[in-house]
Amino acid sequence: MEPLNALVSLANFMLIPAFAYGSQLALGALGITLIYSILRFAHFAHGDTMALGTAAVIGGTFFLQARGISIDPLPTAILALPFGIVVMAGYLLAADRLVYRYYRKVKAKPMIFVMASLGVMFVTNGITRLFMGVGETRFEDGQRFIFTVRDFREATGLAEGLALRNAQALTIVTALIVMVVLFWFLNRTRSGKSMRAYSDNEDLALLSGINPERVVMITWVITAILLVLAGTLYGLDKGFRPFNYFQLLLPMFAAAILGGLGSPIGAIVGAYVVAFAEMGITYAWRRVFTYLMPEGLEPESMMQLLPVDYKFAVTFAILVIVLLFRPTGIFKGKVL
Amino acid sequence: MTQPFLIGDGMTGGYGGADILHNCTIAVEKGEIAVIVGPNGAGKSTAMKAVFGMLKLREGSVRLQGEDITTLSPQARVSKGMGFVPQTSNIFPSMTVEENLEMGAFIRRDEIRTTMEQVYELFPILRDKRRQAAGELSGGQRQQVAVGRALMTKPSVLMLDEPTAGVSPIVMDELFDRIIEIARSGISILMVEQNARQALNIADKGYVLVQGENRYTDTGQALLADPEVRKSFLGG
Amino acid sequence: MSLTARDLSLFAAMGAVLAMVAMFQSPQLAVTILNMSLISAVMALGVNMQWGYAGLFNVGVMGFTAVGGLAVVLIAQPPVPEAWAAGGLGILLGLMLGVATILAAVIVYKRMAPGTLRGIALFAVLLGGYLLTSLVFGPAKQAVQAVNPASEGYLGGAGLPVILAWPVGAVFAAGVAWLVGKVSLGLRSDYLAIATLGISEIVIAVLKHERWLARGVNNVTGIERPVARPIELQPVPWVQSLAETLGWSVSQTASVVSGLGYSTLFIIVLGLLIWLAERALNSPWGRMMRAIRDNEVSARAMGKDVTRRHLMIFVLGSAVCGLAGAMMVSMDGQLTPGSYEPLRFTFLIWVMVIVGGSGNNWGAVLGAFVIWFLWVQVEPAGRWFMEIVTSGMADGSDLKQHLLASAAYMRLLTMGVALLLMLRFAPRGLIPER
Repeated sequence: MEPLNALVSLANFMLIPAFAYGSQLALGALGITLIYSILRFAHFAHGDTMALGTAAVIGGTFFLQARGISIDPLPTAILALPFGIVVMAGYLLAADRLVYRYYRKVKAKPMIFVMASLGVMFVTNGITRLFMGVGETRFEDGQRFIFTVRDFREATGLAEGLALRNAQALTIVTALIVMVVLFWFLNRTRSGKSMRAYSDNEDLALLSGINPERVVMITWVITAILLVLAGTLYGLDKGFRPFNYFQLLLPMFAAAILGGLGSPIGAIVGAYVVAFAEMGITYAWRRVFTYLMPEGLEPESMMQLLPVDYKFAVTFAILVIVLLFRPTGIFKGKVL
Repeated sequence: MTQPFLIGDGMTGGYGGADILHNCTIAVEKGEIAVIVGPNGAGKSTAMKAVFGMLKLREGSVRLQGEDITTLSPQARVSKGMGFVPQTSNIFPSMTVEENLEMGAFIRRDEIRTTMEQVYELFPILRDKRRQAAGELSGGQRQQVAVGRALMTKPSVLMLDEPTAGVSPIVMDELFDRIIEIARSGISILMVEQNARQALNIADKGYVLVQGENRYTDTGQALLADPEVRKSFLGG
Repeated sequence: MSLTARDLSLFAAMGAVLAMVAMFQSPQLAVTILNMSLISAVMALGVNMQWGYAGLFNVGVMGFTAVGGLAVVLIAQPPVPEAWAAGGLGILLGLMLGVATILAAVIVYKRMAPGTLRGIALFAVLLGGYLLTSLVFGPAKQAVQAVNPASEGYLGGAGLPVILAWPVGAVFAAGVAWLVGKVSLGLRSDYLAIATLGISEIVIAVLKHERWLARGVNNVTGIERPVARPIELQPVPWVQSLAETLGWSVSQTASVVSGLGYSTLFIIVLGLLIWLAERALNSPWGRMMRAIRDNEVSARAMGKDVTRRHLMIFVLGSAVCGLAGAMMVSMDGQLTPGSYEPLRFTFLIWVMVIVGGSGNNWGAVLGAFVIWFLWVQVEPAGRWFMEIVTSGMADGSDLKQHLLASAAYMRLLTMGVALLLMLRFAPRGLIPER
């Protein structure tokens, strides 16, 4: 029995990746939940706008790399983030101006908004592919690891190794900072409070002199920041493929619904639950149990509950359980 | 006759389609309480909404301190010094009491602490609950939050749409006392009330509306004494 | 049910466009477009039932068509006796154990009082059931997949006539839809959207992964077809004489004739569906459905069981999508799980419905034709456009190559723009609801 090795193995292959993935999902789900509580529709273009934002960051990164600008050991993409955020904020505001604003004015049903977001999704999808194609683009540079498996083994003398990739650490740290800043913004600033007020009671917000167009604008800008960060971190961690971003839609929505649509704290909790469930159920536990079981009783199978291909099934199962037993989510939804 | 402080003069109009108001006039003097009563569907709330600009008028005008504000949006009227407390969903339920008051003062750019203190003086319970989400409070307390929120803009006239709907009689009396207090401080009050008798009791002026028209207009006490009004609208 | 002169002229214009394709591009292309348009029209009809009649937002069209496609393999392919011998029983038993586990869990949940004890019991039942199921299922699956893996490695089908697969595909899709609808209908309207998005991804994942079922990503090819293949038609005398009359090559004529054979079948199916759908729409039932869609609250107040009606229409519409999926696989003669992607199989169908006119069956059909035509033709048009744009650039420059290569994605953009423009300026579509 070697519990320490088991723990290290678990951390290396499951806990750290799941934590990083959960952080990426959380940033995405926060955007979904914000849009839901302010604009009151399910934003189906979320995954694809995330891809486009990442594409903008990648473009910026390549531009900087070509000029030999870097901030080693950190990835150059960090420098390109502001560029990506500005581009995406402009893009989302333009989409709002050209598409969504009209439906707000005529007070269209939520489903019409969703339909419009499908149109935006198509367009965004096309633009992303025009620039990036459909293949994988890697844009991670700088130092790859904070410490490698070998560093860890040498330092601890354990049989199992633990590596911490730069992208993972960056993801976790960034996500935590963003969450803190976002909550500070929503709870402490005038603009943030006006967003919450608008989400709570649109008519009364109007009566109080809160300008809805301004609230909507701020929402899109915040969404742009969240999207670009989430997309870039995901891309640094796993490589950029436009289709993967589309597929993030399901876990992001599942996270937002699980937490309670409209609740930012719920989106974050939901994201980590989804991430750990996905990773935990599709993870081969054999190695961990080999260390934990007494000698001679080591497991022979992979001890994997479901193949990795079924990670959507895990997300879906979570979604179904929530819908069946608590449709408002963990934190009662529809509040900001 | 001098101009009343706020007057909706000869208002005619509705929400598109048929008119609900027919040449209806509602006015309130500075520091006084005016109450609109009448049977269900008489257009009481509609009349108040018309004064506040939430309804397009075909005829008639609304004047505040002699200035014609008929074409202003409700938001613009808030800036002109009109406060409005809707009948339902009149608070921000997930925000704290204090944040509700802050949001009330959203259009103000000056220091709001003193006004907030005044609201807490008026409704001491709100001071104790200021960190609590407004949605978790009792019905009467919520109404206090709603009134407090509207007072945060330092309005010169406060309009209340059935402030006592759904609260217990004790809470109602308490609320009416507060409203008198607000009027004493120089703020005009215009309110729609279902509890006609109690409301007319505190009213300087009462309007009895029937089918969107003024039926009786007099001081509150006079209306209470009028046998016709008593018979038809106050249950004898 | 009647079509106005304007509607007829729109259909006539579409026909003329297809005729022009036949003349200026190639007759085969025209027939291919026609056939896929007909299949898309069936799908659009299914989506239109859900959206147009009931306001249900189904984002899982891909999943329902894929399930329908699976039916073709399971019905028409010959069974693989060795595979059945190797693990057929185990697989059946495994599946039954899986279902039994879920049933047991449901019973535990319903019978026991809420509390920690119930949670533990539920967990124990699920874990035990899972272990038992995988103990039986796992080895059986391995055994089946080991049987002649290069060409088989699956259980095969029932070896029945392929046309039977069409209704069966509809039933399969209906079954999946019932499960999804049971869970997510009656909640907030966007929940159905997200649930269907999820189920369609899962269906594709199952098709790709479960090789014992339909060979997964190895694809099932050479499925029996309901219409003679071009290669079989070439030696036929009347085909040869037709080729002579038309002045086409024999192979071209044969493939056009074969394609038109499918068109005939598809038109029959589509005509039947439209007839049924129109009758349903104009019956008291259809009027009630629309009343519910337009004012759910008052319909509920009148004592209508809105959720049940929604479930019914959701199942029906999904069944139609499944039917279309089966038709498509039997036309292609192959099931290729890797080729199912949501933009093409879900969202494009939505564009068809919106552009055509939601709530109107003829509109959905016309939308399917117009959009499928654009989908096929925008790519060459995009390439042509890019060639003009890049004509001034030096040959072999990176930018030029990149632009030329990305012409294919122009169509996604075009579809998005088409959807947005229709939604904004003609939200009732080409043939509005009446």
